[in-house]
Amino acid sequence: MDRPPVSRGFKSKRWPSEAARLPPGQYLTTDFPVLSAGPTPAIRVADWKIALQLGGSLLGKWTWDEFEALPQTTITVDIHCVTKWTKLNTVWQGVRFDDLLKTVGRSEPPDAFVMAHCDGGYTTNLPVADLVAGKAMIATRYEGLPLAPTHGGPARLLVPHLYFWKSAKWLRRLRFMPKDEPGFWESRGYHNYGDPWREQRYDGD
Amino acid sequence: MTATDAPSQQPKIEWQTGLVKAIVAETSRVKSIILQPARWSGHWPGQHVDIRLTADDGYQAERSYSIASPPEERLLTLTVERVEDGEVSPYLLDELRVGDALELRGPIGRFFIWSRTCGGPICLVAGGTGITPLMAMLRHRRSSLPHIPASLIYSARSLADVVYRDELDTMARGDRNLRLAYALTREHPSGWNGHRGRVNAALLAENSFTREQNPTFFICGPAGFVEGISSMLVKLGFNPLAIRTERFGPTGA
Repeated sequence: MDRPPVSRGFKSKRWPSEAARLPPGQYLTTDFPVLSAGPTPAIRVADWKIALQLGGSLLGKWTWDEFEALPQTTITVDIHCVTKWTKLNTVWQGVRFDDLLKTVGRSEPPDAFVMAHCDGGYTTNLPVADLVAGKAMIATRYEGLPLAPTHGGPARLLVPHLYFWKSAKWLRRLRFMPKDEPGFWESRGYHNYGDPWREQRYDGD
Repeated sequence: MTATDAPSQQPKIEWQTGLVKAIVAETSRVKSIILQPARWSGHWPGQHVDIRLTADDGYQAERSYSIASPPEERLLTLTVERVEDGEVSPYLLDELRVGDALELRGPIGRFFIWSRTCGGPICLVAGGTGITPLMAMLRHRRSSLPHIPASLIYSARSLADVVYRDELDTMARGDRNLRLAYALTREHPSGWNGHRGRVNAALLAENSFTREQNPTFFICGPAGFVEGISSMLVKLGFNPLAIRTERFGPTGA
């Protein structure tokens, strides 16, 4: 690519000390901005259930209490939103995708892709390879506290190595599928995979 | 909501250089930047562009800005609010001059858009500079779809902070299908007979059509504002799937 033109009068304000942890085009924030396509659903944990599906058949289903009793993991990760903010060192607790698979007696994932389905109709698609080996969890706590509804509570997917829209809020169902299909943003101009380090923001990137 | 097509590989939205044709002061904190893109295949009202600045040492900063101009116009208008301590907005407001080149790519986004297929009525709710993408919708409506009933509820700190005020007032004066309600949260001129204080359920109910009319809502503003308005609308009984939101935070810079 050609060298981008220098913006006359634009001063380099900061190469932050954490620059190596910033994917291209991202900037650091210490806030936790909220982004969603529609209203925040009101979900009571008493009514909440989460399901793991293979095509049309059910592999497992958990109530809130059952889900809370599954093995818990805490991780500290950097998160990257496609709207360009990056937040470092965020602490999450939840159930790893690997542990969910183990719980339903699967040592290997049954299909190569997963669609995440959420309250409010939101979906996002992921290769299973990006969920296993400790790469993803279903998070129920952020910085030690129950996950706030605006941030996806009671439970959201967390796939921190991809842009954050892949970490679907208000998760209710993970469905294995043999072929990849685009989810909500993926069929509305956003990249199908969403690797921040390759700046895969939009379709065609 | 459903998408069954296999993932498509679209051409990359390439960076291009826009030429700054004009800069208009809208309020004390807000300016509109009017650009001539090198190439433009059109956009939908509600879409945004990414802007990229490059310092002479190679340092780059990118931000997204909503398009305020309608697809009918040849030039692109971006409306930018100053973010104190921001990295990009102070440059755009203080340094950028007519004749400068500005790197951009777009248009981007295919959800927070109003297209003919959405039809109407449409109810737009703006908090501060959240008016920008909604203005593109209103300008598009004025040019191409004036028969579609619309309302705008616009929350600003004071009358002086209302962006595009003259244009909005003129638009509403000549149009029986357009309803316009300002909510002034901090200061109101003496004799102000519009809404005082934050947008509340009563103001929304009065200006948002009936459930039977099945309006589509577009809400844009700071995260807390959007959160409050959208939950009020759900409580008023409107279909959550007809409520589209775009939020920006103080980190928008």
